[in-house]
Amino acid sequence: MLAQATFKRAACFVTILMICWHTSLAVDPVELSDPALQARYVALTHELRCMQCQNESIADSPVDLAGDLRRQVRELLQAGKSDDEIRDWMSARYGDFILFRPRHSWRNAWLWGTPAALLVLGALVVVRIIRQRAALVAGDTAPVDES
Amino acid sequence: MNRFLLPLGVFALLAVVLAVGIRHSPDKGLIRSPLIGKPAPQFSLPDLQDPARTVQSAALQGRWYLLNVWGTWCAACRAEHEALLSIAHGRQIGIIGLNWRDTDADARQWLKQLGDPYEHVAVDRDGRTAIDWGVYGAPETFLVNPRGIVVYKHIGELTTQTFNAEILPRVRGGQGS
Repeated sequence: MLAQATFKRAACFVTILMICWHTSLAVDPVELSDPALQARYVALTHELRCMQCQNESIADSPVDLAGDLRRQVRELLQAGKSDDEIRDWMSARYGDFILFRPRHSWRNAWLWGTPAALLVLGALVVVRIIRQRAALVAGDTAPVDES
Repeated sequence: MNRFLLPLGVFALLAVVLAVGIRHSPDKGLIRSPLIGKPAPQFSLPDLQDPARTVQSAALQGRWYLLNVWGTWCAACRAEHEALLSIAHGRQIGIIGLNWRDTDADARQWLKQLGDPYEHVAVDRDGRTAIDWGVYGAPETFLVNPRGIVVYKHIGELTTQTFNAEILPRVRGGQGS
């Protein structure tokens, strides 16, 4: 029990450490003068993929293209574009692949639907198993039903 | 028998999903351009060989051309240069260069040393035109038809084989012209 608590505390500490380390490594020193724009800028650059590195956002990547794309996001924000307009602007050029957060579209329905479908399927399996067990206990002397 | 049906069904479903996934990504690094079938992005950029002049996409309307994105910092561009020279030599289609995130001096030196396959080289110093074309790595080559529609994109080193197999047939077939 004690070992478990210690482990939990250590895991928590490591997680906090990783978060701090991560934020201190931000490659983008730019601050927009308007705090509201800055917040949207940070959010948007974190959900756009760096196309050259593919598993990093443009906020986290030091490559030139990511810098160019951050500049584009800034300029579009300052031009008064909405977040969705900026996402559209990016995906018109780089495809939906640039969006880390897939859109809710019919084409992506399977993507959003599959986890829910799997959850339902899992629930059905669990219910079935529970029912079988219950039947087993109730009819203790009856032979096991192999249906 | 029945108790195996569900796991088997799930397995079959998973197998299908994975098979489709694998089939649809012969090369994970290649991303289909949303530009295919759309009008080529407009640009008006300084000409590398004569900065007083501009290279304009509007002036290319009415003819087939290749837009080749390159930079002297790009090793694969060096590798495909021979192929570009031989395509230019074949005179079947003109190549417009887009010199991406480079310096004029380096780019001119490169063409002087290796030969110049380009009709014109447009200079994209700040990478804006490259972003409009959805460029994410050099070299990239776009095929644009006379109506100004992007019909094909090749990512990575262009070879004469690719040119003969993918580009020439489209030009000869007059696809979308």
